[in-house]
Amino acid sequence: MHELAVTESILSIANSQAEKYPGARVNAIHLVLGSLSSLVDDSITFYWEIISHDTPCEGATLVFHRLPAKLICMECLTNYEIEAGIAVCPNCSSVKVKVLSGNEFRVDSIEIIEEEDVENDPH
Amino acid sequence: MSKTIHINVIENILGANDQLAITNEGLLHQYGTLGLNIMASPGAGKTSFIMKTISLLRDQYRIAVIEGDTSAATIDADKVSSLGLPAVQINTGGDCHLDANMVRNGLDKLHLKDLDLVLVENVGNLVCPAAFKLGTHRNILIASVPEGDDKPYKYPAMYSAVDILILNKIDLLPYIPFNMDYFIDGVRILNPNLITFPVSCLHGTGLEAWNDWVVQEIIQYRRD
Repeated sequence: MHELAVTESILSIANSQAEKYPGARVNAIHLVLGSLSSLVDDSITFYWEIISHDTPCEGATLVFHRLPAKLICMECLTNYEIEAGIAVCPNCSSVKVKVLSGNEFRVDSIEIIEEEDVENDPH
Repeated sequence: MSKTIHINVIENILGANDQLAITNEGLLHQYGTLGLNIMASPGAGKTSFIMKTISLLRDQYRIAVIEGDTSAATIDADKVSSLGLPAVQINTGGDCHLDANMVRNGLDKLHLKDLDLVLVENVGNLVCPAAFKLGTHRNILIASVPEGDDKPYKYPAMYSAVDILILNKIDLLPYIPFNMDYFIDGVRILNPNLITFPVSCLHGTGLEAWNDWVVQEIIQYRRD
């Protein structure tokens, strides 16, 4: 639901990187999202196509890397992963578990295509 | 000819908001004013809870409220103003959450040096507000019995992101199927040390413990 604000932040981060390479265009942006971060890929992509128009990021692909949440059971020390929601320990059913990761929410890397021979200098 | 350059960024998507939240926290700290961010689904009882909290504390402490609303309706802010307390309405323009910048605008309209406590009423929503730090000292979630016992399982980001859980409307427990063990298990998985206050704002049940906790927090953050 807050995907528009999130997409605007992604664009701002990507454009500020792209500005360091004048004339280059952004090909792809790699995002890392943990399964506890409650974001919808389709919705981000929808906004992306609208707001990246007329920026160095126009036409760039958003690549989503979804990470499962990692948990550890504090009773039997079983490590386990979950793709969605939350779950008790699959080994002993304990609720004394600790969430180790799953809230990731970051831009990991950006691919930029730089034209090496600029022949059509308008000036 | 063209070449592809890979740039490692590794930047939190909401990093700019997080930075601004830190400056908000600094501002509150400078004046020794406790800031509480109050989040909940629509209808959980945020406004009732804030009104109850005001009535408990207003004789001893100076309180203001920042009201986040998706529309220009000033119903909640008007309730606070009618008590003679400072209230700032923030219209999010349809956005589903408050962010650090909106709260900064609200803080700038208040005389923080004359305040002990600022209550920030976030937009009613269990998803989006969890992602946006505001710079308040504590994040508080109001859950309510009629919402059902499965909410921690459905909104893990929210239940993970808070410091205090208020379970409101406990007077309805005899009338509504609500498995307290199942609810608490979900909370404990996500947030094992979460301080929880079961209350009924309607009848005043459980509010003494909440009152004691807030007073401790105000004293801890006050500078005098």
